[in-house]
Amino acid sequence: MDIYEPLQQVSMWGDSFKVEGGLNSIASPMLLVNTTTSMENKSEYIPHEPSEPSEVNQETTNKDVSKVLRRLAQNREAARKSRLRKKAYVQQLETSRLKLMQLELEIGRARKQGMCTDNALDTTFMGSPETINPGIVAFEIEYGNWVDENHRRNEELRNVFQANASEVQLGQVVQNVLNHYTDLFRLKAEAAKADVLYLISGVWKPSVERLFLWIGGARPSQLLNLIVPQLDPLTEQQLASIKKLHLSSQQAEDALSQGLEKLQQSLVQDMAVDPFSATNHGFQMAIAIRKFEALESFVSQADHLRRETLIYMSRILSTHQAARGLIALGEYFHRLRTLGSRWTSRPCDSVISPRITP
Amino acid sequence: MEKVMRLATEKGVVIFTKSSCCLCYAVNVLFQEIGVYPVVHEIDKDPDGKEMEKAITKLGCNAPVPAVFIGGRLVGSTNEVMSLHLSGSLAPLLRPYRM
Repeated sequence: MDIYEPLQQVSMWGDSFKVEGGLNSIASPMLLVNTTTSMENKSEYIPHEPSEPSEVNQETTNKDVSKVLRRLAQNREAARKSRLRKKAYVQQLETSRLKLMQLELEIGRARKQGMCTDNALDTTFMGSPETINPGIVAFEIEYGNWVDENHRRNEELRNVFQANASEVQLGQVVQNVLNHYTDLFRLKAEAAKADVLYLISGVWKPSVERLFLWIGGARPSQLLNLIVPQLDPLTEQQLASIKKLHLSSQQAEDALSQGLEKLQQSLVQDMAVDPFSATNHGFQMAIAIRKFEALESFVSQADHLRRETLIYMSRILSTHQAARGLIALGEYFHRLRTLGSRWTSRPCDSVISPRITP
Repeated sequence: MEKVMRLATEKGVVIFTKSSCCLCYAVNVLFQEIGVYPVVHEIDKDPDGKEMEKAITKLGCNAPVPAVFIGGRLVGSTNEVMSLHLSGSLAPLLRPYRM
């Protein structure tokens, strides 16, 4: 009904709009139009004249008309006021928007100036979501490039392998792929210096890989589990060496995990606060931040394990076997990535629909 | 330096650590998993700690802690220990000192 529209529009335009009493009381008289005996019950502001029983119908009609006219006039008034308020609100929004743009420009300028000084990268970045860490931005770009290059090198390895190339040639390509993994660890070391918490969280990895995250990457023993089944036939000696490598890797992983747990516990103790004590929290925060830096050495050791596992594995295996192992490894990560994409783009039946169900 | 060498040769497996160093703790855990219980000296609790740290660095250890000595000889820090273990060379080195 027309009469209700101004009510709805008003409520959409924020707190500054109050529904006038007059609008509410417009509705009720309409219901009482046809009853002559209940004329006294009508709203105050509609004056009513006492009626003679014989002239009821004529006067009722006149009153109806005047009431309708009055209602229409009040509607127009209300609508006009609504429009004025809407205009004021929109102007307020526009001003805020301009202000926001100005602030963003200033922040951008200030950041650029901050980046020119040496300290900015190391000391001012506190990990808040609003700040941008150039070291991390660089890492994300470089990691993207690394993934593409890794795919390319694995394809090359697959082609050379299937082409039955000489052992020397195959060996070169195998070494090419191994060296590239070393490049990744170097990238990660630099990212750890920029923000170790970011790196250790694995947020830069595809979502499915994060399921298997261990100190900022894959578990070395898990990598071995992936590769070994692809390598039949293996000699007895190879099997024994691989078994030893697997065990050593697990023991080393275990030791690092326990060390990391101890670090976490001490961090919790540092930050546990007696709410009624007056201790200097700034001091505790400084200690905690030093421990974040200790995380860097854990990530470094974890990557060291990954690298050494790959290298020792390649020494145990023949060139041919090493090639197959690396191809399997590359394929595995490629599939994880694809799986991640499928998961992200799955149909959103399970997602809550924005439609309001009646 | 003498203190470091004296302590390093006192027992078969000696690790110099700092009480706050969790990586040192990890190395100790690894040794225990192999069945060895090293003697641990926390140099930050030692009055001569600063000189000991300098001496360890002079001996060629790339990180002052953890500094691992086996049979009186410096093996290295975490990197070296991990590499040795993965290559299978650590366990034989430690065999004479297993409990």
